Amino acid sequence: MARAFTPKVVTANALVEGDAVYLAADGTWVRHLCQAELITDEVRADARLALAQAQPTVVVGPYLADAVAGADGPEPAHFREDFRRKGPSNLFHGKQAERAAPQR
Amino acid sequence: MYQYNDFDTAFVKNRVAQFRAQVERRIAGTLTEDEFRPLRTMNGLYLQLHAYMLRVAIPYGSLDPAKLRQLAYIAERWDKGYGHFTTRTNIQFHWPRLSDVPDMLEALSEVGMHAIQTSGNTVRNVTSDHFAGAAEGEIEDPRPIAELIRQWSTDHPEFQFLPRKFKIAVIASEADRAVMKSHDIGLRIVEQDGARGFQVWIGGGMGRTPMVARLLRDFLPRADLLPYLEAVLATYNRLGRRDNKFKARVKITVHENGLDEIRRQVEAEFPRRRAVFSGVDQDWLARIEAAFITPSLSPRDTAAYHAARDADPVFRSWCDTNVAPHRRADHGIVTISLKAHGQTPGDMSAEQMRLVADLAERYGHDDIRVSHAQNLVLPHVALTDLPALHAALKPAGLATGNIGLASDLIACPGMDYCALATARSIPVATGIAKRLQELKIEHDVGHLQIKISGCINACGHHHVGHIGILGLDRGGVETYQITLGGDASESTEIGTRTGPGFGYDEIVPAIERLIFAYLDLREAPKETFLETYRRVGMTPFKSALYDEAAAYAAE
Repeated sequence: MARAFTPKVVTANALVEGDAVYLAADGTWVRHLCQAELITDEVRADARLALAQAQPTVVVGPYLADAVAGADGPEPAHFREDFRRKGPSNLFHGKQAERAAPQR
Repeated sequence: MYQYNDFDTAFVKNRVAQFRAQVERRIAGTLTEDEFRPLRTMNGLYLQLHAYMLRVAIPYGSLDPAKLRQLAYIAERWDKGYGHFTTRTNIQFHWPRLSDVPDMLEALSEVGMHAIQTSGNTVRNVTSDHFAGAAEGEIEDPRPIAELIRQWSTDHPEFQFLPRKFKIAVIASEADRAVMKSHDIGLRIVEQDGARGFQVWIGGGMGRTPMVARLLRDFLPRADLLPYLEAVLATYNRLGRRDNKFKARVKITVHENGLDEIRRQVEAEFPRRRAVFSGVDQDWLARIEAAFITPSLSPRDTAAYHAARDADPVFRSWCDTNVAPHRRADHGIVTISLKAHGQTPGDMSAEQMRLVADLAERYGHDDIRVSHAQNLVLPHVALTDLPALHAALKPAGLATGNIGLASDLIACPGMDYCALATARSIPVATGIAKRLQELKIEHDVGHLQIKISGCINACGHHHVGHIGILGLDRGGVETYQITLGGDASESTEIGTRTGPGFGYDEIVPAIERLIFAYLDLREAPKETFLETYRRVGMTPFKSALYDEAAAYAAE
């Protein structure tokens, strides 16, 4: 029996900045997992991944990552994606610092 | 140390210009990622979890103040104000933007540095003894040989696409401070019947199949080094497995073909290689050797040093752990710990780099080394200058007296940065170090090497740690396996797994139980952890790890 589809987000690294980015529902790339589109349908997941793969001058290595619905948007299903979402645990750098910085 | 000539400078500048054009084409979309990846890895550029990472080569771990200051400048100008020294004596910048990398490489080229062949299936940075030129018991400074190999292997057209990466280490004493027997080729300079030559060791390595190198040639005449290395690499290039990445390192080639067959093929190839060497390499070596003149050290009075030792117990303790004997009795070899308790092993801020550059000028004859244990070394410091050096290091957080002790841990960047990692290693390292500081036991524990890798590739050298820790992903949970009895010295050994792994929250207490078990088991304070382990074996340590854990859980 085929395994049931589990919710996903499309993620990649930005080509120039190199940081983790996520595909939003409107087709734009966003910097934070909570802003990503949580995809619950396998056909749409394949289509969104294909859309991402067609943008090689914007992102590198797009893939589907397991995620779960949270109160403020998608949450990571695996600790690796949790580190990508936040940044390193030894220094306050990366996404966690960007989120803490005043929005311009 | 070696200074670039016009050829070297032009070569590196050309490579920067070439890479700048490649980056522009990648951003413009005329190069795909598949086309670009081998080009960027040839120039030391990786894409990791949060950003690109630029790995800069520090040949045989040798730096001078100008180079270290430029690394500080790069860290501040294009990164986040720090760099990370690695177990291959390189430095990594963890936050560059792709579009800035050509400028970073340009800045490196201004001080005779680059990132060429710090990645890819090529001959990587040649490493050596971080005490080279200063240590007692050394036949000669091994770095000129390392530099000769660096020049020969850089952009060598035959060896740019080997089956897998290839690491070479060179030492010149019986004491092995370079983990020589864990390299694809380890060279030890030896003397036989009054002539200098090399012991050639092959097939050492860590990773998923750890192996200790085996002796391929017990004496290779000095002048035959490069043709012999070519014969080895040509044999590996021909026989190495390209069908399976996990079986592609030369250690597997040796294992599958047998050492005798490898030796036979190397020896068959060797005369052909030697015939085309005209002796120009030996002329070059003579020129290189002239650039590695050990500074002339004037005799220095040591009274102030002894007075400071008597007056300041903190200084005395730092000297006892961080200052090794120099071949001259009135000098010492100073290791600057990059392992302040709670700090990331190997990380160094730009301010700290500038301070060490200044101190190397003032007290260290402009000589700075990076050790595979992720510390810096000033190899030639007069004992009488040590009090002032220590006082200058202290406010910068660089005077931790823990070299060779349990908190002098090796740790790879792990899943905090690395895309290959399966678990974190840095917070495990800092957690252990902080716990040791709370317990205030590490001076009592004495010499103990703990080494932590965040994946099976073993950049953190866990296989050869007295206590090795390997972080894995087990069912979506960070899990840590422990090995005991590894040895990174001249008596290299691979550690033995204790049993089931521990969760992230369990690993620091588990290491604490091992250390207390050792304190109970040792016959005398001078018996080290490794000696105790070799005497009593695994059983009592396993009991401490697993039975005591069960006992605590039942309480």
